[in-house]
Amino acid sequence: MKAPRFAYTRVTTVADAVSLLRQHGDDARLLAGGQTLLATLNMRLSEPVVLVDITGIEALHGVAVQDGFLRIGALTRHVDIERSELVAQRLPLLTQAVPFLAHAAIRNRGTFGGSVAFADPAAEWPACALAADGELILSNGTNERRVMAGDFFIDLYQTDLHPDELIIAVEFPLPGRQRRFAFTELARRHGDYAIVGIAVAGDISGGVMGDLRIVFLGVGNTPMRALGAETALNGKRGDPAVLAAAIASLSEDIAPSDDLYTSAAAKSHLAGVLLQRAVKSLLHEGETP
Amino acid sequence: MTDKVLTRITVNGVLHERWVEPRQHLVDYLRDELGLKGTRSGCEHGVCGACTVRIDGDIVRGCLTLAVQADGARVETIEGVSDSGEIADLQHAFLESNALQCGFCTPGMLLTADALLKSEPAASREQIREHMSGNYCRCTGYHAIVDAVESTRETRRLAGCGGDRHE
Ligand SMILES: Cc1cc2nc3c(=O)[nH]c(=O)nc-3n(C[C@H](O)[C@H](O)[C@H](O)COP(=O)(O)OP(=O)(O)OC[C@H]3O[C@@H](n4cnc5c(N)ncnc54)[C@H](O)[C@@H]3O)c2cc1C
Ligand code: FES
Ligand code: FES
Repeated sequence: MKAPRFAYTRVTTVADAVSLLRQHGDDARLLAGGQTLLATLNMRLSEPVVLVDITGIEALHGVAVQDGFLRIGALTRHVDIERSELVAQRLPLLTQAVPFLAHAAIRNRGTFGGSVAFADPAAEWPACALAADGELILSNGTNERRVMAGDFFIDLYQTDLHPDELIIAVEFPLPGRQRRFAFTELARRHGDYAIVGIAVAGDISGGVMGDLRIVFLGVGNTPMRALGAETALNGKRGDPAVLAAAIASLSEDIAPSDDLYTSAAAKSHLAGVLLQRAVKSLLHEGETP
Repeated sequence: MTDKVLTRITVNGVLHERWVEPRQHLVDYLRDELGLKGTRSGCEHGVCGACTVRIDGDIVRGCLTLAVQADGARVETIEGVSDSGEIADLQHAFLESNALQCGFCTPGMLLTADALLKSEPAASREQIREHMSGNYCRCTGYHAIVDAVESTRETRRLAGCGGDRHE
């Protein structure tokens, strides 16, 4: 279908974007890569009056290391992350996850900030933000505030973003030497949203796991941190009995629901399979999960 | 602000100045305003890849891009890359491998495959399959398409020009 009528305007500053958001309220939508928004307009799932194209805001572009953080500007495209040496060296979790994210033509336009703002529970970036202790930098043009990813994703497509705020960037604390990452997922067709996926971060020292973050995508209304599995694996080596205990604890951690294609029981099973693969990959760095 | 927007887009090397409705997709702009019908409109929500074109060298979905967003950009369509001969080898391989039947998906397939062969000149069959997974074909069953891309990879490799353009 074709999109409904709307007006289109470009801004070059956060303040201008915010003043349009305040003026039009719910009738205005920020347009970044458009890879979700334009699809929903074509399906007439929403009918905004004005689209505010923010891609000209220079301050929201780019990847940089500063003050102990890796900063990913909100307008950084998925493909920029895919090609970034800096990201591959400093936060390889993102490099591992990006090939699973949609298709090349969509990665060429879709942005990191757009994905985090949309907060699809099966999307890769929200789960990675949670697993790598990301902090969102939000601005209303005058004030900036920082929100941990764990507090940002509230419920299905619901975030802590205020109606007059933009995501400016996501900042990740630079991981220490022992920190390792693993990402894997299962989808019906390569590039589709995941049925179930997993992002893991942990310190590995002498084959022992510590300070784990285990985050699932596709099994709840938000990215889901599996605290039970983390407890079962922290301080352990990952032998079969330990892994079995961690998988058993997933029944407390996640509560997937049936969808058109996959039952809740199948998703729970797949979550266990992915946990096992991710832990193996974490312990044997370099192996793809 | 709801009015048409003056848009300057360079399509296949020619600058076009048009007043366009903000809601007009790039694919409809190309087909309806400029009469370039090679780019197809299929699902109109980003799933099938029939609308693939290049903006500033990168492949994108023409149905998930507004014409006004392409203001100031360089757009290339299947017509442009056919006329220049840039993908003649790939087109020949599609023909040889029976990689098209009705041809609806073919312009998108060609531009998508070419993007991979330029960025990954040594792409494996598996990489080709993954990269092409965002493009639907309702006729061929895909194997012939993957064959054609693989054989073009080989011809380009033998020609020793890696990801360079064929002129
Ligand atoms: C066929 C298809 C397959 C896909 N598969 C996947 C997949 O497997 N995994 C995945 O993660 N994604 C997938 N996507 C979605 C894609 O990753 C989008 O690019 C992403 O979700 C949204 O980013 P965007 O820049 O395109 O945002 P837009 O579509 O421009 O915006 C999305 C929403 O976020 C808001 N927004 C955008 N930027 C900001 C900001 N800086 N601050 C505040 N609000 C903002 C917009 O107002 C809008 O509500 C897919 C899309 C398609 C069409
Ligand atoms: S028409 Fe654009 S992806 Fe199907
Ligand atoms: S040849 Fe008919 S859709 Fe591909």
